[in-house]
Amino acid sequence: MIDNKDCKCEEVKCEENRNECKDNKREEMIEKIKCLNFAVIELGLYLDTHPDDQRALCLHREYTKNLKNLKDMYQKVYGPLSIYFPCNKWRWLEEPWPWERGNF
Amino acid sequence: MWTYNKVLEYPINIKTPNPRLAKFIISQYGGPDGELAASLRYLSQRFGMPDQKSKAILNDIGTEELAHLEMVGTIVHQLTDGVDAGTIEREGLGAYYTDHGTGVYPQAAGGWPWNAATIAVKGDPIADLQEDLAAEQKARATYEKLIDLCADDPDVLDPLRFLREREVVHFQRFGEALRGVQDKLAEKKFYMNKNMKCE
Repeated sequence: MIDNKDCKCEEVKCEENRNECKDNKREEMIEKIKCLNFAVIELGLYLDTHPDDQRALCLHREYTKNLKNLKDMYQKVYGPLSIYFPCNKWRWLEEPWPWERGNF
Repeated sequence: MWTYNKVLEYPINIKTPNPRLAKFIISQYGGPDGELAASLRYLSQRFGMPDQKSKAILNDIGTEELAHLEMVGTIVHQLTDGVDAGTIEREGLGAYYTDHGTGVYPQAAGGWPWNAATIAVKGDPIADLQEDLAAEQKARATYEKLIDLCADDPDVLDPLRFLREREVVHFQRFGEALRGVQDKLAEKKFYMNKNMKCE
C-alpha cells in the first residue's frame, strides 16, 4: 500500500451503503441506463445524416441529460461504469465485466 | 480516442452453454462479414471521406461495431464457459479447442483466422461507401443464417435479433451518407479570375 498524505484532491465518497438501494432498484436503474444509452447512440447516427432535425435534437438533449443524471446516481452506489468517475477507492475491479454479466 | 463503458450495448445472459452454436457464431467475431471487419473497415475508411456527414457516420458506426464485437465475443464466451473438453469435442469444437481452448479467437466459422483481405479501403468515397452498404447486407444475411441455426435458444436469439436490426439501420445511414457525397461531387464549381473582366 502506497500512502499519499500530500494529496490535495478533494475526497470523493462513492461507497454509499448498497443496502439502501435494494437490488431490484439496481436492475431498474441499469435497465434505464441501457435504454437511454441506446437511444443516444441511435439518435447520434440519425443526426449525423439529419443534423437539422430539431425534433431529434430535442430528444438528444433530453436523453443525454437524463442519462448523465442516472449514471451519476448509479455509479455513486454501485461503482464506476468508466474510468472517468472519481472515487476515493479504486472500485473499477469490483464489479464483474460485462461478458461475465456485470452491470447486467 | 475511445472510452470504455463497463456495460454491454444490449444485455446478454445465456443460461445454458452450447458449444455447437459458438462454432457458428464465432464467424461474426472474426469472419469475413463479422464485427471486427466492420469496425476496422469503417474506422479506416473515415480518413478518406470528403464531407462532415460521411466522416461522422463512419466514425460513429465504426464505434458501435466495436460494441457489437464485444457482444458477439460475450455470446461465444457464455456458450463455451466452463464446458468440459469431452463435450466441446462431441459438439464439434475439438479443433478449435486444440488451438484456443475456450478463449475467443477472431476467426471465421470455417476456421480461417481474421484477415484484412475481407475489408477494403479504396481511398475513394463512392467506392468505399458502396462497399459499406454491401457489408451491412452481408452481415444482415449472416445474422439471419445464425438465427435459423440458433432457433432453439431464446437467450441467444434475442441478442442476434438486435444485432441484425442494427445492420438494417446502418445500411440506411450509409445510403444517406452516400447520397450526400454524390450531391457534393456533382455540385457545379465556379472559379473567378480577376483578369476575366466579367462585369
